[in-house]
Amino acid sequence: MSEPTPQAEPVSEGSAPPPAAKADGGHAGNGHAHADEHHGHSEHPFLAHHFDTPQQQFEAGKLGIWLFLLTEVLFFAGLFCAYTVYRAMRPEVFVYAHYFLDTRLGAVNTCVLLLSSLTAAWAVRNAQLRQHKMLMTNIIITIACACTFMVVKYFEYSHKAHDGLLWGPNFAPKEQVWELPGFKKKHPEAAEYAEKLAHAAKEAEKAPPAAAPAPAAHGTKPAENHEPAAKPTLEQVEPLLAAGLIGEKAENPTGVSRPRNAHVFFSIYFFMTGLHGLHVLIGIGIWIWLLFKARRGVFGPNYFGPIDYAALYWHLVDLIWIYLFPLLYLIH
Amino acid sequence: MTSPSTTADVVAPKTGSGSDNYLVHDKGFLSWALTLDHKRIGIMYLGSVLAAFALGGLFALILRTELLSPGRTIIDHDTYNQMFTLHGAIMVFLVIIPGIPAALGNIALPLQLGAKDVAFPRLNLASYYLWLLGACCMLTSLIMNAADTGWTFYAPYSTTTETAVAPAAMGAFILGFSSIFTGLNFIVTIHKLRPPGMGWFRLPLFIWALYSTALIQVLATPVIGITLLMLTVERLLHIGIFDPALGGDPVLFQHFFWFYSHPAVYIMVVPGFGVIGDLIPVFSRKRIFGYKFIAVSSLAIAFLGFLVWGHHMFVSGQSTLAGSIFSAITFLIAIPTAIKVFNWISTMYKGQIHLDTPMLYALAFLWVFTIGGLTGVFLAVMSVDIHLHDTYFVVAHFHYVMMGGAITALLGGIHYWWPKAFGRMYDEKQGRFGALLVFVGLNVTFFPQFIMGSRGMPRRYYNYLPEFQDLHRLSTIGAYMLGLGFLMTAFYLIRSLKSGRPAPANPWGSRTLEWTIPSPPPYYNFHHAPTVTRGPYDDYEGLVYDEKIGGYVEKAPTA
Amino acid sequence: MTSPLLLLQPAQTPLTLPERTTFWMPLDASVTAADIDWLYMFMIWMSVICSIGIFAAMVYFVVKFKAGPRSANQTSEASSEHNTTLEIGWSVIPLLICIALFVWGFQGFVNLRTPPKGALEVHVTGQKWKWLFEYPHGTEDVLHVPVDRDVRLILQSADVLHSFFIPNFRVKMDAVPGRFTDLWFHATKTGDFPVFCAEYCGTSHSDMLTHVTVHEPGGYEKWLADTKKKLDDIPLLDLGKLTVEKQGCFTCHTIDGTPKIGPTWKGVFGKAERLSGGASATVNEDYIRESITDPAAKIVDGYPPSMPTYKGKLTDRQLSGVIEYIKSLK
Repeated sequence: MSEPTPQAEPVSEGSAPPPAAKADGGHAGNGHAHADEHHGHSEHPFLAHHFDTPQQQFEAGKLGIWLFLLTEVLFFAGLFCAYTVYRAMRPEVFVYAHYFLDTRLGAVNTCVLLLSSLTAAWAVRNAQLRQHKMLMTNIIITIACACTFMVVKYFEYSHKAHDGLLWGPNFAPKEQVWELPGFKKKHPEAAEYAEKLAHAAKEAEKAPPAAAPAPAAHGTKPAENHEPAAKPTLEQVEPLLAAGLIGEKAENPTGVSRPRNAHVFFSIYFFMTGLHGLHVLIGIGIWIWLLFKARRGVFGPNYFGPIDYAALYWHLVDLIWIYLFPLLYLIH
Repeated sequence: MTSPSTTADVVAPKTGSGSDNYLVHDKGFLSWALTLDHKRIGIMYLGSVLAAFALGGLFALILRTELLSPGRTIIDHDTYNQMFTLHGAIMVFLVIIPGIPAALGNIALPLQLGAKDVAFPRLNLASYYLWLLGACCMLTSLIMNAADTGWTFYAPYSTTTETAVAPAAMGAFILGFSSIFTGLNFIVTIHKLRPPGMGWFRLPLFIWALYSTALIQVLATPVIGITLLMLTVERLLHIGIFDPALGGDPVLFQHFFWFYSHPAVYIMVVPGFGVIGDLIPVFSRKRIFGYKFIAVSSLAIAFLGFLVWGHHMFVSGQSTLAGSIFSAITFLIAIPTAIKVFNWISTMYKGQIHLDTPMLYALAFLWVFTIGGLTGVFLAVMSVDIHLHDTYFVVAHFHYVMMGGAITALLGGIHYWWPKAFGRMYDEKQGRFGALLVFVGLNVTFFPQFIMGSRGMPRRYYNYLPEFQDLHRLSTIGAYMLGLGFLMTAFYLIRSLKSGRPAPANPWGSRTLEWTIPSPPPYYNFHHAPTVTRGPYDDYEGLVYDEKIGGYVEKAPTA
Repeated sequence: MTSPLLLLQPAQTPLTLPERTTFWMPLDASVTAADIDWLYMFMIWMSVICSIGIFAAMVYFVVKFKAGPRSANQTSEASSEHNTTLEIGWSVIPLLICIALFVWGFQGFVNLRTPPKGALEVHVTGQKWKWLFEYPHGTEDVLHVPVDRDVRLILQSADVLHSFFIPNFRVKMDAVPGRFTDLWFHATKTGDFPVFCAEYCGTSHSDMLTHVTVHEPGGYEKWLADTKKKLDDIPLLDLGKLTVEKQGCFTCHTIDGTPKIGPTWKGVFGKAERLSGGASATVNEDYIRESITDPAAKIVDGYPPSMPTYKGKLTDRQLSGVIEYIKSLK
């Protein structure tokens, strides 16, 4: 995006010492409006006293916001790193958990954020060209999109809470994964087989201990049971193995259950999306504040830094979501 | 040579407290609490950091007193464990990491750049309040049931102990943001607010050091932020990231923790290098030897510092291959560090050496940091580290570099910039005595700990085998000497504020820009940014000492 | 039984390291110690030379170039401000030394991390605040090994990070909960050598002491046989007492009535204990058995749920012995 830089005002050097006006202490607002021999400062009410030109101030702010965004990237990088380590160590947990996520809602949120990034970038241009109405409109749309994101997030979170899909020891899924429509659609044979195994395990529990033991489901070995069942096929067994429902990665290696430490996925999910959501909320606050400033008509070709910096922050928030979405929702 | 307005400032400096300066320009509590003046913010940081140092030091004295004898001496196991945790956490997060950048950097950086302030004065004030908030959080832990995990918060002990870990961890988290914002501010200031003529290779070495430090602050601190956040969430919500009982990996915590905490030790010591780099040429009245090498070595150390965190983990279960990479790169860091030491000493060759208090601290630094740095090499050697890891050898090493490095440099810088900041000279005799006491105390406290460590004395030990008692006692005696030295120093410094001789603009004869304006400076620093035509350590011959004012002035031009 | 101070230490720890023969290091008692010690002393001497060089130059310059009073306004002699050859020199020479140190250290490390084949293996468990060693006849609280034999220790932790450190052998390795780590050594001297925990683990971290007894040739086998016989023949009550000492029970329980981290055993048999959650239970044989094998099942009101399980660690005879012992503490 091209950006006209603020016009540099000529700096005049007076030789008179500055009058004893208040320069600091108690002034927390923009622009230290103390008399200074630099005429530039009175012509530019938003030029801080320690900068010589609006251009210098803008460039300093730009460097500052890029550095801040770098720190945000590193902040989230720790979580992405934890994700990577866990996914490498326990891939079955991630395969298991992704069946519970609603990809459609995630996709909606992605589109919403992308739209808001567009309006944010457009707002910068509006500010530079002093297009007051468009500036306000674009900021409002950005805020609206961000709020939509949070609302969708609220629905997602409350669904998960309702379904018992929470972090750590609160992880108690109401439905079994093979009962989920998503799993059934993708792996119908495996879902059926898992149902059979679960059913047989329940029967074995009810029956006296001397009765037939539950069928052991070890990989592609034939199931040893007293029912005249066929040897399980690859289609039946492989998805269950991949999701850690049977075999050595499962909590209960002799039946069908969820993988050990399945809650770790949801811990990571809530941590990452929660932290991201917090950043969206903070972004909403920042845009509302800028909306009020924009209403007063302060932004123009010499002063559009705050919109530019906020838009940069917003693009990063969007970018982080664009990484989060496939990593959490689109696991294959 | 210099622009007329700058010369005018120097030739007829305003001295004493009669004139309008930043300390008296605005009066009242709010004028300080809401100040945007970097000098006032620096003063507030200085007071706060030194208060935290006193608290951490008090804990240290209690610890060392307890260690006078094996078994219980004055406190019980749990109190001891809590005390070494708080001692470490306070010293690391409240004192040494902010230390030189926040206190001395805030006062001197804009002045050395001929600037009116840092790039973001409001962010600067926010940094200070974040420090205060973080300090309060840590004190909360102290008051409740102080954390007893060690300042390293290793999981799963830290996720399962019943002490108040969350406030301590969140305190450190908040302090991390204070550090990040200071670093961000300094980077932008150095890039955007340099005066005309001051290219990168005319920057004082203090600024090179602050710049390198700021890069580390900005890049490394977010990682400890997320780590401490994960730790706290693990404690409160049992998510299962670090605790193996919940499906987590304790070694992952160590990787995350040290990824920040190793670069953090360079945040602690590189500013010290910067102070020394400014002191030695001034007090040898001679241009620094190897300016470019010293400047670039700070960047090299900052960069390499990110690649060596695993040398804290040779016996953690980390793979041998990973360990070997970390070990090899750790050795590399020794090189730029050695380059600095050699260049500083070469600066003194054929100089005119004045042994004022700042210079005594600089010389003390050279001695103590050499020992500290060399013993780091011992720990970089993988096979020897197996024996030395988690023993008193490590404790001695890091106290030599942190106390002997960072704190000595902080004291040297305080004594150097004191006249500028407060317009007062302190008693030089007492200054020298204090420096001597601190230097001797340092060595008596920590050298015996090398011996204890290699003989097998583990660290964080409340109880110990009787054969280590003599060395422990010697160390405790040194600790009391140190404490006395610091107390004395505080005493004469505070007294100078009332009754010290008024300071001239340039008592030491330095060529960096802060000495061209009055002591204390006016609130606006400079009318305009001066145009710089020479390096920061050039042309000491152009200054002459004026006995009447007790400081240096420009030599009057001949004819 | 004994004074509180001794309760913090297991029964037989020697309260001393064997006498040193060098200034810096403990007595070397393993095959790999020599290499470490040589490397360490090499670095000591390099450091001494380096430091003396630096300090001598510093002191010499300060003395030789000390200025007079400032008012004399003496100027320094002209001298060069940079010397690229010197810079390269004092970069390359330390670099070469560092490379040598790295290689030497790396080789030593690889050696220490590669247990030889055929080593005698002992499983070690670290728990707050005791080291436990598994032998064919059961658990011991002292590490017994033969001299002149490769020994590999397989380490695990029952709770938090610990670190197994034998200064005289120059070996150390963390015990990490949730996984296994190992270390190996080859003892060259007989005798008792202290073992420390070297990773902070809470209240009694510094009291988590034990030692390794290195037996002379034939002594280890004899000890194994003797101990097994002793455990088979010893009266149940004495077996219980011995088991209780070795398993670290006194870290948390007392027999004199003082509550500690866990309830006291004095007079506990037959008592009606109030449990956390409001229920109550009578302390009988079954209760004690359950407390040992599944301690989380019933927690006495007012005490923390910190007891580790000993399921699988005690033989049935040992369990009965412990029950008899507790019964005897009226």
